[in-house]
Amino acid sequence: MRRLSLSDIAKPQLLALAFILVLNWMVFPGFFNVTWQDGRLFGSLIDVINRGAPVAILAIGMTAIIATRGVDLSVGAVMAVAGAVAATSAVAGQPLIVTLAGALLVGLACGLWNGSLVAFLGIQPFVATLVLMVAGRGVAQLITEGSIVTFSDPALIFVGTGSVLGLPMPAVIALILMIAAHLVMRRTAIGLFVEAIGTNLSAANYTGLRARTVILGLYAFGGCCAALAGVIAAADIRGADANNAGLWLELDAILAVVIGGTSLLGGRFSIPMSVLGAVIIQAMNTGILVSGLPPEFNLIVKASVIILILVMQSDRVAEVVSRRFGRMTTRGK
Amino acid sequence: MNPRYRPLAATTIIFVIAYAICISQYPSMWSTRVLGNFLTDNAFLGIAAVGATFVIISGGIDLSVGAVVGLAGVLVAVLVSQLGVHPVAAFVIVLAISAAFGASMGAAIHFLRVPPFIVTLAGMFMARGLASILTQDSIPIDHDVYRAISGLYYRLPGGGRLSAIGLLMLFVFLVGGIIAHKTRFGSYVYALGGNPTSAALMGVPVARTTIGIYALASFLGGLAGIVYSLYTSSGYPLAAVGMELDAIAAVVIGGTLLTGGYGFIFGTLIGVMLQGLVQTYIVFDGTLSSWWTKIAIGLLLFMFILLQKLVFSAQGRGPRLKRAPA
Amino acid sequence: MTTDNEVVLEARGIIKTFGNHAALKGVDISFRRGEVHALLGENGAGKSTLIKIVTGAYIPDGGTIHLEGQPVSFATPQQAQSLGIGTVYQEVNLLPNMTVSDNLFIGRQPTSAGIVNRKATDEMAREVLSRYGLDIDVRAELSTYSVAVQQIVAIARAVELSGKVLILDEPTASLDRHEVDKLFQIIRTLKARGLAIVFITHFLDQVFELSDRVTVLRNGSLIGSERIDALNRTSLVRMMLGKDLVQHHHTPVEGQAEGGETLMTVRQLGLTGKVQPIDLEIRKGEVVGVAGLLGSGRTEMARLMFGIDIADSGGLHIDGRERVVRSAREAVDLGFGFCPEDRKADGIFGDLSVRENIVIAMQARLGWFKALNRDEQMEIAGNFIEALDIRTASADLPVKLLSGGNQQKVILARWLATDPRFLILDEPTRGIDVGAHAEIVRMISRLREDGLALVVISSELDEIVSYSSRVVVMRDRTLVAELEGADITPSKIVQSIAGQAGEPVAEVTA
Repeated sequence: MRRLSLSDIAKPQLLALAFILVLNWMVFPGFFNVTWQDGRLFGSLIDVINRGAPVAILAIGMTAIIATRGVDLSVGAVMAVAGAVAATSAVAGQPLIVTLAGALLVGLACGLWNGSLVAFLGIQPFVATLVLMVAGRGVAQLITEGSIVTFSDPALIFVGTGSVLGLPMPAVIALILMIAAHLVMRRTAIGLFVEAIGTNLSAANYTGLRARTVILGLYAFGGCCAALAGVIAAADIRGADANNAGLWLELDAILAVVIGGTSLLGGRFSIPMSVLGAVIIQAMNTGILVSGLPPEFNLIVKASVIILILVMQSDRVAEVVSRRFGRMTTRGK
Repeated sequence: MNPRYRPLAATTIIFVIAYAICISQYPSMWSTRVLGNFLTDNAFLGIAAVGATFVIISGGIDLSVGAVVGLAGVLVAVLVSQLGVHPVAAFVIVLAISAAFGASMGAAIHFLRVPPFIVTLAGMFMARGLASILTQDSIPIDHDVYRAISGLYYRLPGGGRLSAIGLLMLFVFLVGGIIAHKTRFGSYVYALGGNPTSAALMGVPVARTTIGIYALASFLGGLAGIVYSLYTSSGYPLAAVGMELDAIAAVVIGGTLLTGGYGFIFGTLIGVMLQGLVQTYIVFDGTLSSWWTKIAIGLLLFMFILLQKLVFSAQGRGPRLKRAPA
Repeated sequence: MTTDNEVVLEARGIIKTFGNHAALKGVDISFRRGEVHALLGENGAGKSTLIKIVTGAYIPDGGTIHLEGQPVSFATPQQAQSLGIGTVYQEVNLLPNMTVSDNLFIGRQPTSAGIVNRKATDEMAREVLSRYGLDIDVRAELSTYSVAVQQIVAIARAVELSGKVLILDEPTASLDRHEVDKLFQIIRTLKARGLAIVFITHFLDQVFELSDRVTVLRNGSLIGSERIDALNRTSLVRMMLGKDLVQHHHTPVEGQAEGGETLMTVRQLGLTGKVQPIDLEIRKGEVVGVAGLLGSGRTEMARLMFGIDIADSGGLHIDGRERVVRSAREAVDLGFGFCPEDRKADGIFGDLSVRENIVIAMQARLGWFKALNRDEQMEIAGNFIEALDIRTASADLPVKLLSGGNQQKVILARWLATDPRFLILDEPTRGIDVGAHAEIVRMISRLREDGLALVVISSELDEIVSYSSRVVVMRDRTLVAELEGADITPSKIVQSIAGQAGEPVAEVTA
């Protein structure tokens, strides 16, 4: 592996995170305080990584999908379905392992459904995953029969609220998943294949890559990640809320991936950077919360961030800027 | 029959059959009362869906429309109830703001060359955020004009009520149909959806049309928000959450191709009515729960996406991409 | 005759450069009223760039354009269109989802109070099309009509809007004989009306049938502009392929006579509408050169062998069994490799590094889990960068930053890394500089000596002659000749391509 160089550390995402954290500290001087209590860490920083975990997990699954020029709009709905499955399973007295397996299988099935529509029927990803985005919440409500199914299985609750080595469980899960996904992508050939497919699908086909299988696999993995995030979200509130679980989180996940530097036009990707993107989003959320502004302010900040990124990534803007500075730009064919 | 009419025909047939089944189970569903309520209850969705139809025919997507409905409702409520503005003046202000909001999204899509879904996503966040900053709670609207408009209806034979907002929706569909099918702007919308490169080469004003389309969609979103505030006599920042999906589903079920280029304003009306029918059936049934609506709509959406795929790939539609010169 | 017709559109000294690739190196051309002017050249010769410049799609880096004697510069296609220059592209650039009359009159529909008068529009459309002998339902969508009808609609639109110069970019590529006749009839009518017509094609028959004048471009330069009666088929092919026949005496490729053992036999391999069934034997240690003009079916044949398109007749006999290659994946498993013609669209992964571009095919063959680590990748890439002399600052540079020749070597390295037994190279030397050109030609010979079987498609006859053990010639989607030994000469190949065995060959020099 390459050694870290200064330019790696000085990535704009890290600078952005540092900026936001300092801003948070300025409006709320206790922001960096971390205390040890009852065998676990407490503080705003811990809260950031804890609250950011579900979006981080979604972003882990979404990154490679976006790198192939796809998108999965259904992850929020899949979270709700998986949460509902986990809750009903726990209420029925199933052990944690069965509950988890059930939820993940449902997520896998959802992912395979999306992936089949995209890879084998050739439906645009945005359109294909819209179906489950619309219907998924209905399915979740069907499972919970419209009510919020609460459970008290301590093992399942631990997944959402427990701690390991003082760190909140969701953050630990997200971290492990990030490392595992990153290793799978970079230590096997899958990462290279994903980038090749996202860069030039036609060339990938000429090279003998099984592009469809790769794409199917990515959506399946995305479904599993969504299911895991759904279980954590349900465990956190000790209940499955089919209406609100994961609501709008697909959008946060896409935003996290884009902040992390993966282009919506496919190609290069980095799962750790997407997780960093999720942490940045959560740091903004938490900052707004601790500063006493209404939480809805968040939405405006997020919208501004999207606009900022779009403007920065835009060719047209780059053209104008470089023309201002008198450099020649080659006109594309 | 022209294959492009097939999805629309399928929708119409499904609607008729579904309605027939409903009536056979619950004969009371065949009444002007139910029909009138159909229109009233779905007025805001229908109005917003007309805008969504334009956007989708042009090959775009608008995820912000539900949020615009919420924002418009809150704006009206704040203007009327808190600032004492006359409702009609408030309507004009809100419609102007909505149209400007949409125009700026259209400009961003065209000039920054970014996918519409991400721009309108930012728009959604922005509109919901603004609405929530104005108020967290539902603001009741209590004004004579409001009461007058809400109480306005035409009594149909059989006791049904054709309400003012229901009529407004039908009027919007009519005007939308004329714009889409009878004006140059309408033909530009179809041209963009067919092939933006060809359209530009053929002299279609792409920038103006794109901005116009999104301005129209948000204008209708604002109108839908006003209707929603009339319907509920209040403004609530979280009103119509997720409605953009219902609107998109109505458009697609109504026979408009989700990838653009083909579609009918009238089809969207049937799409909206079909969704209304599902809801009404569930209400009549009493034992079925509301989530079946979402599942049914999801299934219909899937069926129509598949149907479009079959119809349009069999037809070999769509220009092949010309390769870049070596 | 049309000798004294006045010049309508004239371009002088047109230069256009993309990056460091000179697409047009000072080309002069003029189009006259009432004349059909055929513009010929292989892919990459600069035809499309030239057309894009005179229609306003590109802005030239140098040179002048005069329209009816006045200097003009077009910023957009619409501007060129409104000044009188209309273009019809091969892939009809109209709106398939809209009606015929919409396509003719979009943006110009008669309206009253903002409402389009459809009846009047349709009436106008019918009236316009009747002048082209077309009596169709103008209210039906364009996509419901054949390509031929769409072409005519496109022509009608271009003529209606422009009316001085009509540019037809390969209008006949997907038409049948009857449709071509009809189209030609229309073109003759327009010619008689005094339009200047530019006709781009690669069908020589049609050039002789229709045109009054021919201009040939090659590698961005003007080769010649002649009246058609001064040319015959052979001289025309020679202009296109750039043969000065006197200079070249074929020295037979050494050791090719006996050839190696047979690797595979292509049996009746064909695809309806693309390639007539082909028989061909491919031996180890042999280069089979494929000659033929653009559109002759040469690339299509290669695509069938490699499973990019799936054959509907015949197959390959290899390893003792008969089979049809159904995907590139199967071809790779058979030990095949394919360097496609369009490097940018089908070959390179622009944003990925040179290293990744080299190892990708090998990695695809190894599968998901037997991943080459970075050091192994570096070693493989390093070896090939050295062996093929790929000029790159580092193996981690994005491949899009390399020159065309080096990109081609990267793709070649990609396949060599898979240790193939059969390689297909489609135009391996197109659009690359002279130095890299010679290196690739040398490399092909070296691979042959190493015992590989190769099929090399090229428009460069010198090149084909220099490395091929056998040459097959494609014309009109059919394999028309197989030349061996002393028959492998540019003049024989030119004759086969032109389909005129008896014609004298050294009559016109390019």
